[in-house]
Formats: sequence, structure tokens, C-alpha cells
Amino acid sequence: MRQNWWKLLASILVLYSIIGGFLIPVPALPILHESIRNLFFHVPMWFAMLTLYLISVIYSIKYLNTGNEKYDLIAVESVNTGVFFCFCGLATGMLWANITWGAPWPNDPKLNSSAISTLMYLAYLVLRNSLDEEQKRAKISAIYNIFAFPVMIALLFILPRLTDSLHPGNGGNPGFSNLDLDYNMKWVLRPTFIGWILMGVWIMTIRYRIRLLENKKNNI
Amino acid sequence: MKRFFLTLSLLIILAFQTFGQASEVEMATGLRTSGKIYVVVAVVALIFIGLVIYLFSIDRRLKKLENQD
Repeated sequence: MRQNWWKLLASILVLYSIIGGFLIPVPALPILHESIRNLFFHVPMWFAMLTLYLISVIYSIKYLNTGNEKYDLIAVESVNTGVFFCFCGLATGMLWANITWGAPWPNDPKLNSSAISTLMYLAYLVLRNSLDEEQKRAKISAIYNIFAFPVMIALLFILPRLTDSLHPGNGGNPGFSNLDLDYNMKWVLRPTFIGWILMGVWIMTIRYRIRLLENKKNNI
Repeated sequence: MKRFFLTLSLLIILAFQTFGQASEVEMATGLRTSGKIYVVVAVVALIFIGLVIYLFSIDRRLKKLENQD
């Protein structure tokens, strides 16, 4: 249990964010109303996804440096878990957009580029499955992953800022951080990010360990 | 002509009324004062605690499998 302290920390932080997210006072805004509380649940999904993709790209580089198969497994399981969080983020975002923007998918640059980056990572998984030889698969997918990561960052955080976007924090549309003068939303928001990121890493390590066991069984 | 002014004034009054309503943002304060929001928080928290316990149990079973080899 001693080396699992961060799993407990993740659980406590997310629990705190659920209780705090529902109960703390929030700014009263038109259109948004109470749905501003979605900030505590929708945004951390994307942060968890980003961290997992970052771990994936780090382990892809490590794989290319050393040729250790375990690094390749961490990279692919990070993407697997990241894609899960990505779909959670897309689904919650569509629900939120439906009541605030009037449609689940207005053709907004932020939304479309997030769809493209999702497809990019799904293509990574398809690419892996299409190659049979293990070393070749690991090498090609690691290189693909290294190229995909900066493109994903550009699609999600740079391109939407250059145009007009409905999404807060993009294209001249202010984020929620400037509202946070009287309200202590950031004291719930920051632990939430850490909590969900750790939850994502935890799920990834479980998937990785299962994958290791499967590999061991297949080799015998 | 008289009727025209009557409807016009009525419209203006109506417009002002809707403006007055729009300036006040409706929040779910009623839900919280009645105390019922805590039930929802408790339910969501309970579901999350259940999920965490489930994750920990998966973790433990995995550890057992790893130690077998």
C-alpha cells in the first residue's frame, strides 16, 4: 500500500472535486447558469488525455533509444487510456454545447480540430494492429506517435486561437479564469486536474500490467 | 390611431419586462436551500467511491497474478 499512496491521493482529489464542484458558489452568468459547474468535470478529461499522450510520446522516444519492448507497451496503453478520456471529453462537451450553444456539434474550429486529433490517435491504434511483426510495429508506431503529438497540440491549442471560436479561451473568447476574482473556483479546479490525471495514469498502469502478463503468457 | 398607440405602449412595456427578467440570472439556489442537492452529491460521491474500491480490487488481483509467475 505504501507505494500506492498516489492512487489514494487521486481518489481523494477527485472525490473532493465532485463534492466541491457541486457545492461551491459559482458566478451567476446568463446562458451558462449552473452548467458552469461542468468545468470541474469536462475540462479535466482533456487534461488527463493530454498527460497520457505526453507519457506515450516520452515512452515512444525511450523505445526508439533503447529498443526495450516494455516502453512500447507503455506507449500503446497510454494512448488506449487517453482515447478513452478523449471520448469522455467529447461526449461531455457535446452535452454541454447542446444546452449552451444550441447544438451538440456546431462547426467550431476547436471542436473540429479535436475530432481530427481523435481520428489521428485512432489511426495510431489501427496502424499498430495492421502490422504483424513486433519490432517493426513498435518502431513505426513510435515514429508515428512522435509526429502525431505536436500536430495534436497545434490542432487543440494553437489553431483554434487564431480564428473565431465559441469555445472559452479561444479566438478572442475569454476563458473562465478571468471570472475567478470573487469565487474560489480555482481551488477546486486545480486539485481536480491533478486528481483526474493521476486516475488516468492509474488506469494506464493497470492496462500495462495486464498487457505484460499477456505477453509473458504468449511467449511461453 | 388610439388603438395603435395602445398596442405600441403595451409592446414597449412588455419589452421592458422581458429585459428586466433577462438581467437577473437564474441559478439553482432553490435546490440548494431545500437541502436536496446534498442527496445528489452523496449519490455521485458514492458511485465514485464504489468505482475506486473496484479499481483497487482489480489492482490487488493483478498483483496476485504478477506474483504467481
